[in-house]
Amino acid sequence: MTVTQETNAAEELRVVGKRLPKLDAPQKVTGQTVYAADVHMPGLLYGAILRSPHAHARIRSIDVSAAEQLPGVRAVIHAGNVEQRPYGYGQDNIPLKPDKVRFVGDEVAAVAAIDEETAHRALELIRVDYEVLPAVFDPFESLAQEFPLIHDELPDLIGNVSMRWDFEDGDVDAAAAEAAVVVEGDYSSPQAAPAPIETHAVIASFAPDGHLTVWSPVHMVFMYRKELADCLGLDWRHITVIQPPVGGSFGGKIDIDPHDFITVMLALQARRPVRLVMSREEEFIGTRTRQPIHIRLRTGADAEGNLLFRDADVVSDNGAYNGWGSHAMLVAMNTITSMYRVPNSRIRSSVVYTNKNYGGSVRGFGNPQATFAVEQQMEELADALGIDPMDLRLRNANQSGDVTPQGMEITSCGLSECLRIVREQSGWDERRGKLRERNRGLGAAALIHVGGGARIYGSDGCGAIVKVDDSGQVTLITGASELGQGSETTLAMIVAEEMGVPLDAVHVINSNTDVKPWDVGVHASRTTFVAGNAARMAAAKARDQLLETASELLGAPIDELHVRDGTVEVVGAPERQIDYARLARRRLLREEGSVVMASAFYDPPTQKQVDHRGNISAAYGFGAHVAEVEVDPGTGMVRLLNLWTAHDVGRAINPMSCEGQIEGGAAMGVGLALSEELVIFDGEIVAPNLHDYGMPTTADVPRIVVNLVETIDPLGPFGAKGVGEAGIIPPPAAIANAIADATGIRPRAYPMRPWKVKEWIDTEERSHVIENGSPVDG
Amino acid sequence: MRVELSVNGDLYRRESEPDLTLLALLRDVLELTGTKWGCLTGDCGACTVLVDGEPIVSCLQLARQVEGREVTTVEGLAGNGALDSLQAAFVSNGAAQCGFCTPGMIVSAEALLRARPSPSEAEIREALSGNLCRCTGYNKIIDAVLEAAGSRGAAA
Ligand code: FES
Ligand code: FES
Repeated sequence: MTVTQETNAAEELRVVGKRLPKLDAPQKVTGQTVYAADVHMPGLLYGAILRSPHAHARIRSIDVSAAEQLPGVRAVIHAGNVEQRPYGYGQDNIPLKPDKVRFVGDEVAAVAAIDEETAHRALELIRVDYEVLPAVFDPFESLAQEFPLIHDELPDLIGNVSMRWDFEDGDVDAAAAEAAVVVEGDYSSPQAAPAPIETHAVIASFAPDGHLTVWSPVHMVFMYRKELADCLGLDWRHITVIQPPVGGSFGGKIDIDPHDFITVMLALQARRPVRLVMSREEEFIGTRTRQPIHIRLRTGADAEGNLLFRDADVVSDNGAYNGWGSHAMLVAMNTITSMYRVPNSRIRSSVVYTNKNYGGSVRGFGNPQATFAVEQQMEELADALGIDPMDLRLRNANQSGDVTPQGMEITSCGLSECLRIVREQSGWDERRGKLRERNRGLGAAALIHVGGGARIYGSDGCGAIVKVDDSGQVTLITGASELGQGSETTLAMIVAEEMGVPLDAVHVINSNTDVKPWDVGVHASRTTFVAGNAARMAAAKARDQLLETASELLGAPIDELHVRDGTVEVVGAPERQIDYARLARRRLLREEGSVVMASAFYDPPTQKQVDHRGNISAAYGFGAHVAEVEVDPGTGMVRLLNLWTAHDVGRAINPMSCEGQIEGGAAMGVGLALSEELVIFDGEIVAPNLHDYGMPTTADVPRIVVNLVETIDPLGPFGAKGVGEAGIIPPPAAIANAIADATGIRPRAYPMRPWKVKEWIDTEERSHVIENGSPVDG
Repeated sequence: MRVELSVNGDLYRRESEPDLTLLALLRDVLELTGTKWGCLTGDCGACTVLVDGEPIVSCLQLARQVEGREVTTVEGLAGNGALDSLQAAFVSNGAAQCGFCTPGMIVSAEALLRARPSPSEAEIREALSGNLCRCTGYNKIIDAVLEAAGSRGAAA
């Protein structure tokens, strides 16, 4: 269902708003799409990485002589025979570890050989002498003590705390003194994995003149190129990054990882192209994860249910290195201060190092973790006040025109509408609180997330080029990347709409840094908004070039011209017409001719936050979910029966693709809520495989009801806002609330796996028995 | 050793190591890279192919075990370049996002529709429960299979 809040009757859309299949789908369903691991080239070598078996150890020495002598081995590298520099946020990482390893999976050495088997045999021949050091896995221990120090090489660091980020607005203590009700609790989340079905794969090849070409399924290709050059001392003008079709990322492929640098170093040493493909086990062990965030939260309200304050102490356990994952804390902060209207807020947060695989920028980026705390407290607060939780939410809902304590300017906001829709569809008023005897319950959660870019770097921009050739074919060359999310099709639809051509007239080029204009990259649900505006601007300029020529040829002023299906007509005299192909040829095939081509760069009016204040995004997305669960009290098994969702998407450029993002995101959120976890014992991921990891299957994800609420954002392309991450954010909180409704037990951590839920139920029962004063039998 | 098998109607004879998997034979030897892999441990279903019409995960099958049998991969479904009804339904329903699970998913669904031309939603969920998709949340995949079953039923 699509609900549009306002419509602009004058604006008749022919392409935008239609349910159109993805342009790349036919190749994908026939197996023709060539992913990174499918790329073949002559002389290709196979790369493999030797990883640390210890969570924390000093490397005394490495002996690679036996590996080097194995026939078929073309390169063996380690910190002692390559040139590399520290990289990453805070420069705390380096591809091949020179003196110390900091988690099980840290990269120590690598080989390139003529086949996979030889490469793995060579790894077994490398001798590393380690001095095992004490390790720390618990973030609170890591926070409290200075020993063992994980990054003793960083002089400015105090203990194992990599970042402290605090924020305060208003007067929390005064508000707490006034509050009629205050709820308080600890909420935690596990280490989880993005786990795309395609594992990481990278190919590096040097031309004889030293030019490097890298094929890698990354989504920030320009930043990737710069980091490669900086770390390896290469000239970045001589690096081409090609992004093959990506088999899913969900943020797992945002960060440049050690294996990217390693593949390039192997190719450099072997002087042959090298391909390195991660096994599934390595994908879990050696690529980026979702960081556990532990939140102690207090929320207070007055007797009517007006929120008065939020007060949070947060510890983000980002593992052995920062990566960009350290910044997930900042997104969590946005939610704590700005989900609903909160007049006073205070946050003290630390990002700490532990000897575990490190966090990255996984879909939702800190937000599911924060929402789990914030949205459970909304229902706890409502119950304490005797107010319906939906009424409490509606009373405090963000509205268009609000500026949040962190300075986020909310322009379009469909939160209340989303809440009302899921309330009605789920039968909330009749059913919540009344299903417990059937072991069922309903729970809700809403979300706020950036939807109009996010200024983390100097620029938040994206470039676009639109050209029309002599056949009338329109080509969009965009800085944006396709990861499977459908940006290619969405952007082509925007261009088709703006140019007045059918969708199949638009081709999209988006995968090569030599060709495409600069873009920050795919993150923060920014592509539709930022790349969409850039594409629309370039398309408008290209169309105006054609209209200028049409005006001359048809002898009518531009404002009397109209474009339909790639043909320019005079309004009121449709027989006076000329198509784009002829117009393009008229401009081209003459003396002093010109091509039809235009470029644009769109950088949204966003601000880099200073002291955590500033309008970080040009638009914000909202949404609300209601989950219905059934809990088996005997086993603790939670079955998700229904999930109703409503999302403010600004405008659904392609409703089918918006639904796909929301359904897929929500399914990942269901996985987070109920099953997904990297179980770590003594620093080691216990069972790094897809089965034990707990990725949801067709048996776990019910039909998800999706409602698209269109608020027509003033700055979005055709009013659209980002929605790529939104779906994953509410489910852990909504499902926890539903479990609470079904059982009376308040979940404090996810995943809410059966044994854990069972334990909560048993503990609760025991405490009742003790309260009632009757002895426990047997 | 030598293996001989039919893949998508073509007969191949190849020298092979005894421990070569069917997946490796298809992808690395025959260069039929339409079949994907996501785990090599039987957990994801991305490598599903049909052997004599039965769906199997090719990462756990040795090439020599399918000696003399008929293998169908995703590349073998489309006739004369046109999409088969299941593939067309995956396209029109938005059932392929990144597309990496798609070949295995379509092959599993094809096996289901051959065995049960009008499956219920529960039967589709059961038949596809060994195929992981990280992108779609499965809704649109189930819609696509239901639609393909409907269109095949109508055509018959
Ligand atoms: S690759 Fe065969 S089941 Fe995953
Ligand atoms: S479409 Fe990406 S894994 Fe299924």
